[in-house]
Amino acid sequence: MIAVWKHELSNYFHSLTAYIFSAFLLALVGLGAMLYNIQSAVANFEYVLSFVSLGFVVMIPIVTMRVVAEERKQKTDQLLYSLPLKTTHIILGKYLALLVVYLAPLLIISFYPLIFAQFGEVYLPTSFGSLFAFFMMGAALLAVGIFISSLTENTGFAAGIAISVILLNYYSVTLAEYVSSTSLGSAIAFAGIAAVLGFVVRYVTKHNRLAYGVAVALCLAVLGVYALDRSKFEGLLPDIMTKLSLFERFYKFVNGVFDLTAIIYYITVIVFFLFLSVQSLEKRRYN
Amino acid sequence: MIRVEHLTKYYGDVMALNDLSFEIDEGHVYGFLGANGAGKSTTMNIMTGCLSATDGKVSIDGYDIFEKPEKAKKLMGYLPELPPLYMNETPAEYLRFVGEAKGLKGAELKRQVEEVMEQTNIGGIKNRLISALSKGYRQRVGIAQALLGNPKVIILDEPTVGLDPIQIIEIRDLIGQLGENHTVILSSHILSEVQAICEKVLIIAQGKLVAFDTPRNLEKLMLSSNQVSFTAEASVDEASEIMERMEFAEEYQVEKREDDAVNIFVKTDSANVRDICRQIFFAFADQGNAIIEMEAKKANLEDVFIELTEGSGVEE
Ligand SMILES: Nc1ncnc2c1ncn2[C@@H]1O[C@H](COP(=O)(O)OP(=O)(O)OP(=O)(O)O)[C@@H](O)[C@H]1O
Ligand SMILES: [Mg+2]
Repeated sequence: MIAVWKHELSNYFHSLTAYIFSAFLLALVGLGAMLYNIQSAVANFEYVLSFVSLGFVVMIPIVTMRVVAEERKQKTDQLLYSLPLKTTHIILGKYLALLVVYLAPLLIISFYPLIFAQFGEVYLPTSFGSLFAFFMMGAALLAVGIFISSLTENTGFAAGIAISVILLNYYSVTLAEYVSSTSLGSAIAFAGIAAVLGFVVRYVTKHNRLAYGVAVALCLAVLGVYALDRSKFEGLLPDIMTKLSLFERFYKFVNGVFDLTAIIYYITVIVFFLFLSVQSLEKRRYN
Repeated sequence: MIRVEHLTKYYGDVMALNDLSFEIDEGHVYGFLGANGAGKSTTMNIMTGCLSATDGKVSIDGYDIFEKPEKAKKLMGYLPELPPLYMNETPAEYLRFVGEAKGLKGAELKRQVEEVMEQTNIGGIKNRLISALSKGYRQRVGIAQALLGNPKVIILDEPTVGLDPIQIIEIRDLIGQLGENHTVILSSHILSEVQAICEKVLIIAQGKLVAFDTPRNLEKLMLSSNQVSFTAEASVDEASEIMERMEFAEEYQVEKREDDAVNIFVKTDSANVRDICRQIFFAFADQGNAIIEMEAKKANLEDVFIELTEGSGVEE
């Protein structure tokens, strides 16, 4: 695991990816600080972070798109498979290297609130609480990015999917207001999601019957629940969309609440997507 | 050392390996021979843990590759068909990573990296980017990678493909040296190569093992196909008449040429080809027909290969 970690790190710092990422993040934070803290003379550093969080839509895919996809393209995944390494360790090594790349600019950023505190009243607990949540949210998105990268050998494709997924997640709360909250609307949406899941299963496992089975079973379950008690679906879709949003949970910190459930949610997302990435890498051996 | 038992592999509906079993002993150079698509790479990928099998078992020194993958993989170095290299790294960086991943550290890591670079003769280019290296040097870096960690078994998938003749000879020499204290398994479709460097040959066709023996024994298998071909100044009728009188000639063919001569091919199962050549020579000389060219051809591995692989093709 340490070998993979070191290798990835030297890769990021060799290929400028790490510098581009840091520069981008620092530039965004600088811009935010100028807009909020200096121009509008607000002392709340957390507003800057909330402004910067939209930048994840681009920054995360930039660093994660190649993580696994590039190995596949260059056929170096075969080397990883033949080395005496556990797949879990490969993914963890890669993930931890990404965390370091992400943490480096954050360490610099963590001085900002302290600097601002020199010039006025800054409520540091909220600033640092938000910074921590910002780190956790980014860490969760990195895990999502690794998983997306593990699905394909086309880095452009990986970046495209990652951008759409993060963007969708970013706007999911706004979208939630527009989606139908009637039970029929929710039920139809869930049937659609079941179909999409079926496609994903088919893409990952290349197993037609399993995929159709999953899709049909889920659709039947939706239909069954709908037939039995349609009130269960009342407002369910917008509810779930709001709950799934990584960004929405982050805004709580910005508003000064240290929300432990959000941290647990981020950790769950990290573990879940790293687990999926391991499965996806492992799957390749079973093609 | 290595045991492969009833290995079967399907890619979707395509069967690549069909109940393949063999056993490999320590300290020899083994050649893995087969036509394109015979299943050589598939077998090697499964043996090295890069691919799952649909059915069957592989064990290395008693460690099952599916159950104890880390232990088993430590005993093997593998060069896949396409050398798995990071193009944006130098050989030195690349080898350091592979060495670390194989569990080497500190001074030992340094020593082994130096050693394999010397063995594969890549010291001179160790600080150039791999993307800037020629195919031959990339192949060497790939082999160097397989040698790290001093594994007992070295598995090379078509190590000389795409190299120029001088590089081929150098790589073959290297494989010969490795064979002195490692078990080496290499795949190839070049028969002369396998004949030259391998002590034992496995031939597979359509995912099945069709032969497993020394190159010499495999040739003996084919003794019946000893051939003599010659050119004589004679008409077709004259030549046929002389040939009819020779009882050793089981099967022969007379072919007219542009000039006043004929080409004749004789197949015999007699082991003494030289004696046969003499008999033919005098028979034609007695009739006043000059033999202007004569060649005795012994069966070689190529014939064995073609016969065995074609044989199983008919079966399908
Ligand atoms: N990833 C794959 N998906 C589907 N079929 C495959 C895959 N890899 C190999 N095959 C099929 O499996 C069979 C064996 O392939 P394999 O690569 O093992 O042959 P080979 O002996 O190494 O051939 P070559 O000499 O061309 O390298 C072939 O029929 C091939 O088409
Ligand atoms: Mg092959």
